[in-house]
Amino acid sequence: MLQRLQHLLGIENLTREQITFILDQSKPFQEFQRHPLKKLATLRGKTVALAFFEPSTRTRISFATAAARLGADTMNLQAESSSLRKGESLLDTVRTLEAMRPDGIVIRHSSSGAPHFVAERLEVPVLNAGDGTHEHPTQALLDALTIRDRKGKLEGWNVTILGDILHSRVARSDIQLLGKFGTRITLCGPAMWVPRELESLAPKIHREPRIERALDEADVIIVLRVQTERMHEPALAAEEFILGYQLTAERLRLARPEALVLHPGPMIRGLEIDPVVADGTQSCVLEQVTNGLAVRMALLYHLVGGAPVDEPHPAKERSSAAD
Amino acid sequence: MRVVEKRQLLSAEEIGRTLQRLAHEIVEKSGGTKDLALIGVRRRGVPLSQRLAAIIRTSSSVTVPVGTLDITLYRDDLSTVAHQPVVQSNEIEFSVDGRDIVLVDDVLYTGRTVRAAMNGLFDLGRPRRIRLCVLIDRGHRELPVEATFIGSTVQTSDTEIVEVRLQEIDGEERVMLVDRVS
Repeated sequence: MLQRLQHLLGIENLTREQITFILDQSKPFQEFQRHPLKKLATLRGKTVALAFFEPSTRTRISFATAAARLGADTMNLQAESSSLRKGESLLDTVRTLEAMRPDGIVIRHSSSGAPHFVAERLEVPVLNAGDGTHEHPTQALLDALTIRDRKGKLEGWNVTILGDILHSRVARSDIQLLGKFGTRITLCGPAMWVPRELESLAPKIHREPRIERALDEADVIIVLRVQTERMHEPALAAEEFILGYQLTAERLRLARPEALVLHPGPMIRGLEIDPVVADGTQSCVLEQVTNGLAVRMALLYHLVGGAPVDEPHPAKERSSAAD
Repeated sequence: MRVVEKRQLLSAEEIGRTLQRLAHEIVEKSGGTKDLALIGVRRRGVPLSQRLAAIIRTSSSVTVPVGTLDITLYRDDLSTVAHQPVVQSNEIEFSVDGRDIVLVDDVLYTGRTVRAAMNGLFDLGRPRRIRLCVLIDRGHRELPVEATFIGSTVQTSDTEIVEVRLQEIDGEERVMLVDRVS
């Protein structure tokens, strides 16, 4: 019996079975995206608070759409317009949200551990949409779904992660998830962005500073966004990065013939990725977006649906809908 | 919850003959099979719908498309259960627009499953007509739902359960009336 998930705080504490369950449950929601009418009443009457303390467009829209398609309402908190700017603490903001009685909270925050902080204090299911440089679990889940769909299975592939891994919560979640499925992981990027400590996150993982070697025998390449705010650091100029680490069409040919190219987005064409590769047949970026919607719908369905935890509902003698 | 078997309602042979009759009725009462399609409601409606389509194919040489509908997301009791039930995909390869649909399920009871199934169908398009085919109608409707094609009507009490067991799912073939025992 699968242990019921109350929150989705990270990949770290998920078992392989739980991850497989979430991916399996995402399939019907993938099919749902092709319905002419994309509106369910499944979570009707439920409210999902979208507490984004860091700017986000794609993840926020993805969660908002997922909630809406399930029939739920959303409460929107965005950092720029929030009372955080007036000095309100995270705890007070969250308590204010709780007082409006949401049935679930999706939170993105610049501090690692913020979702855990909230989950410990509130009675409401919490979903982590990205915390500091710690984790971005739904991104890893949609990446895994994309790989599983395209490749037929999730186990045993060679995955190369390319770019600024140090500052990437996406990379940390991807590494931990793939590590639970027997993946051989290669980390490649400028030395100061690929510290040795990352090797403790998965069983079969190593760093390779030369991109040609890192791509050899790769089945999947995950290209990370270059956080351009860091390009002003003395050590690395854009031209140097492109020379050493851009995924060009020529470099892609060094990987296995059907190697997948994933990118969490947004892409900076011409920086970490060659536009030809971004738009090529091996690129999965658009599927990743569609899969993200399916994964988030599956998670909201299971975590936000159901009887409220603190209000026991009278047990029904017979299951009405099974008649 | 413990159950005790009370009596058998249909034997394997009776199930077979009932399905033969239902298949012929469907063809007769459809004024042509051009737009006809069968959709089985998960779980046990699925093998029943496939068997009906096979009988229609053998006896009338007509291929009627068959699909599978999962109604989990359309149930009206999801907010009352602690754990959300596992969802499965639909498998409907054809468009339902303008189709003459026969929904197939094993037991008709309160009618809530059928209500959910219709909601599911309307999310996929606009059928010309929807009719219901069930192996057993056990009464106790809680919604205004009726079946056009009925295998057998059985009087039951609230504590009783009609268990349809099919080879494809249960490894045996019979319909049992069982009673809940506290």
